[in-house]
This record gives sequence, structure tokens and C-alpha cells, in this order.
Amino acid sequence: MSLSLTSLLHVTGLVKRFGGFHALDGLSFHAAAGEILGLVGPNGSGKTTSINVISGLYAPDGGNVTLDGVSIGGIASHKLVHLGVNRTFQIPKPFLSLTVRENIAVALAYGRAQVAPPTAEALMDEYRLTEVADRPASELNNAQQKMLDLVRALATRPRLLLLDELAAGLNPTELDWISARIKALAQTGMAIIVVEHLMGFIEQITDRVIVMNAGKEIFEGKLAVAVKVPQVIEVFLGGEHAA
Amino acid sequence: MRHLLLIVLPLLVIFALLPGVYQNHLLLFNFVIFLVLAQGVNIIYGFTGYLPFGYVGFFGAGAYGFAITVMHYHASAPMAVLVAGAVGVALGLFLSPLLRLSGAYFAIANMAAALAVLHFVANPALEDITRGPYGVSLTGTFNPTLAYAAALIVLALTMGIVVFLKNSSFGLALQAVREDPVSASMAGVNVVRMRVIAWLASALVAGLAGGVYAWYVSVFFPDNVFSSDFSIFAIVFALFGGVATITGPIIGVVALYGVYNLIGFTTPQYFQLIYGLLIMVLVLFLPAGLVSLATRRGWRVP
Ligand SMILES: Nc1ncnc2c1ncn2[C@@H]1O[C@H](COP(=O)(O)OP(=O)(O)O)[C@@H](O)[C@H]1O
Ligand SMILES: [Mg+2]
Repeated sequence: MSLSLTSLLHVTGLVKRFGGFHALDGLSFHAAAGEILGLVGPNGSGKTTSINVISGLYAPDGGNVTLDGVSIGGIASHKLVHLGVNRTFQIPKPFLSLTVRENIAVALAYGRAQVAPPTAEALMDEYRLTEVADRPASELNNAQQKMLDLVRALATRPRLLLLDELAAGLNPTELDWISARIKALAQTGMAIIVVEHLMGFIEQITDRVIVMNAGKEIFEGKLAVAVKVPQVIEVFLGGEHAA
Repeated sequence: MRHLLLIVLPLLVIFALLPGVYQNHLLLFNFVIFLVLAQGVNIIYGFTGYLPFGYVGFFGAGAYGFAITVMHYHASAPMAVLVAGAVGVALGLFLSPLLRLSGAYFAIANMAAALAVLHFVANPALEDITRGPYGVSLTGTFNPTLAYAAALIVLALTMGIVVFLKNSSFGLALQAVREDPVSASMAGVNVVRMRVIAWLASALVAGLAGGVYAWYVSVFFPDNVFSSDFSIFAIVFALFGGVATITGPIIGVVALYGVYNLIGFTTPQYFQLIYGLLIMVLVLFLPAGLVSLATRRGWRVP
């Protein structure tokens, strides 16, 4: 495949165990610069775990992760951030007692972005946080905390951005708005992996999807094709989330 | 810069002038020592969230570092104070694996570590080096006036560190680590290194304070300089005023140590009661310290 040659991220045979349980069981996929890749699958299929391993929160128990051809499996998170990997959290994790501005300042100061990152003002303006700039993050609503989580990641100028259920809980207008933002980010050459349950949203923004079940990929390609594959249908109808 | 001029400088000037107008020199000296220790607790607890219940370990180790340098190497007192600081840092490095523990586990392990250092120093088998349980007498370096001046310099250094933490992205990153180490690492912060640096800085100031204390009192026993009162007082003062601020621990020391000395001397029987009630009220109603009365109103407290 020609796409895989130009890919930024390669995940091959990734394994992550918790005790005897294989949360990731030989997961393989790739993502190219400028691409928006959807990662879908029922609850517990290992989507968050794969983001946790790629972003250095857990060391893999097997398999490889490479970024630009360099093996990054098991490297500490802060070093991966400096190499251009960042992510948001399914449950946003801002620095609660710090103000929004201070939250962003930490990432701007320590992210070691290779290209000059946008200013805090520009980021807050773009992600609708200007009004709450000087309020502690604990006072933000869930959607605002998610945006702050995203802005914290963007302040480090990632080349690879992993979004874990960023859109969950947003209303339809906010969904349209955030899809446009994510697409614009991809156009700057960022590789973006989007974990999401909302199929309409996935359809709207992704170029390609990986369907996961029980810690490995069972489908790779267009979402429109995925929904016709019997194995995929079975996984989704058997799980809690129907496609 | 503003904080140095408006808070640190006046504090130092006041404590430099007070011995001229107030007779109880030892009490003033103790105030300075508690200011250093409360700010040292502020550095490690306020900015990283580790509660150092064995903080006195660094203080006592510094005091003995001073004593041993003076007794066995006949060094000058200022030189011996620097050694005391180095001993604090060395002990901090040795104990840095404790930072892997969190919450109450860290607090308890730190307390145990301080006890271990006490028993090591007080061991009769080490009599030739530490004088063991029999205590040290350093009459050769006895000079309260100079020791007081040295305490002020240590206070200046300590305040300088806190002002730096309060005004730098380094201090901000430390607070980020305290709030959420995982997110902090995803902001590019080397979490382990930051914690160790803050830990060593707080160990340094406690070691220096211990050295200055040994210089000032010149005669002491292991139980004096390893008394858990130092840890508990420093923690209570810092918490009472409010940590992660420059002024909170100062307010805490001046108010509580002031009350302690007023009530403690005249009516010791009421002291425990009032002090105990005060701490309860604080924990229940003002967990973020006195300064939170202002921050709740949206005022920024330096
Ligand atoms: N830290 C952990 N310890 C133990 N089990 C975990 C841990 N993280 C995830 N798991 C388990 O791994 C599986 C995959 O979880 P996760 O990656 O969060 O799924 P998804 O994000 O696809 O819903 C689940 O069964 C979950 O319980
Ligand atoms: Mg998940």
C-alpha cells in the first residue's frame, strides 16, 4: 500500500496485558500525516488503551510503535510530547486549581514545540475559552474542560494527535464546529486519530476507519464499507453501541 | 521582582531590626527558623503535594552536619552551615525514592525515615563521631549575633526560592504535577525530575536551618534537633496561612507562633486547647488556609 510508505505512525502487533487479560492483542494499523483516522469499536475493545500505549502512559508488552520510522514504544510521555505526540483524555484532565491561561502556559513552556506554537490568546480565542481565561479550570463545564484538554495538547504542536471521545457530550452545533476545527488541523499536516462512538461524526470527518474488537483490528477502510461487513455488524450489534 | 521588594525585603528588614528593640533574642531567632521551615514545607507540599511529616529529618541532619564539621574538621561556622545544607541535600537524594509513594504512604514513610536518622545519629556506637545520645557542645563557635544574621540569610534564600516558584513557569509546572501528573507529562513536563528538584530544594533550606540552629544554640541533644515538633509546627503554620503562596506561611508563623508564645508562656493549660480548636476550625472551614478568605473573593494573593 502506497499510503503506508508515507505513514507517520505505524503500530504493529501491539500487545498490552493487565494481569492475564489482553487489552491489546496484536493490534496493527498506521496513520499518515494530514489524515484523520477513526478508531471505533465497542466499549472495552481497547481504544483508550491503544492511545495510552501510543502516548507513553503504558509501555507495550509486545509489538512495535514507530513514529517517522523511529521506534517509540515504551518511551516516557514527556519525551513523546517533545517528539510530537499528544492526546486528549476521555475524561478531561486539566490542572484544576490553575487558571485556563496557566494550564496553557505550562504546555507552552514545557512542550518544546519544534515549530513555534500559537499563542495562548490565539488558542483560547479559537477554542472559545477567552471568557474563562482567568478562571480556575475547576469552574469550567465539561465541554470547556475538553477544549482546554485539546488546547493543552495543541500548545505542544503535535504531529500526531490522539483524540479520545472528544465529541461525546457536545450538542449538534458544537459537533459541527469541532469537526471543522479538526479538519482544519489535519490540513496543516497533523495526523489525527479520532476515537468516537457517534457514527455520524466519524462519517463526517474521517478519511478511513479502523474497527477494533477485543484488542485487535477487525476492519480497515471506509466507514461506509465497514457497516456492510458481517463481522463488524455482529460486533456492534452484540455490543452496547449499534452503528 | 515586585514580590521581592514588597514582601521579602520588608520581612528581612523587620527581623533584622527587631533584636534592637525586643529583648528576647532566642524567640526572634526561633521565629526566623520557623519561617524558613514553614516555607520549606510550602516548597514541597504547596507546590508538589507531598506532605513531609518527617521534615525535621533534614533539619536534624543539618544540625549534626554542622556539629561534626566543627568538632572534627575545625571548620568555621559559616563553612559548617554550608556543609549542613549539603547534608540536607544528600539526605534528600538518599530519600528521593520515597517520592514514588503517594499521599499518606509518603507522609508515614517520611516520618519513619526521620526517626531512622535520629536513631542512627543517637546510636551510642557512633559516639566518636556524633557523640551519640550524649549530645554535642560547640562552645568554640558560639555567637548568637552572627548565627542570627546567618538565619536571616537562609530566610532570604528560602523566600527567594518561593518567590521564584510563584513567578516562574517552573513553579507553574510543579503545581501542574501536583494537580495531575499524567496531564503534566502530556504538557511535556518531566514529572520525576520536577519532584526531585522541589524535594531537594526543601531539603536544602531545612539542612541550612538546622546548621544555623546548631550554631545558635551550640549545645543540643539528638532529641532536640530531631523533635517531631519541628515538622508538625512547620506544617501547621504553612497550612494555617495557606500554601502555594508567598505570604500564607508567613502569616501562619507570625499568627500561630505568636499566639503559641503569648498563651503558651502565661497559661500553658489553655494553650493546647486553643491551639487544638484553632486547627480543627481551620481544617473544617478553611482547608486552603487563611489566604483563601481573600482568594474566595477573587483576589489574587501573592
Ligand atoms: N489500567 C487498567 N487496568 C486494568 N484493566 C484495564 C486498564 N485499562 C483498561 N483496562 C481494560 O482493558 C479493556 C480495554 O479498555 P479500554 O481501552 O478503556 O476500552 P475502550 O476505550 O475501547 O472502551 C477493558 O476491559 C478495560 O477494563
Ligand atoms: Mg475508552
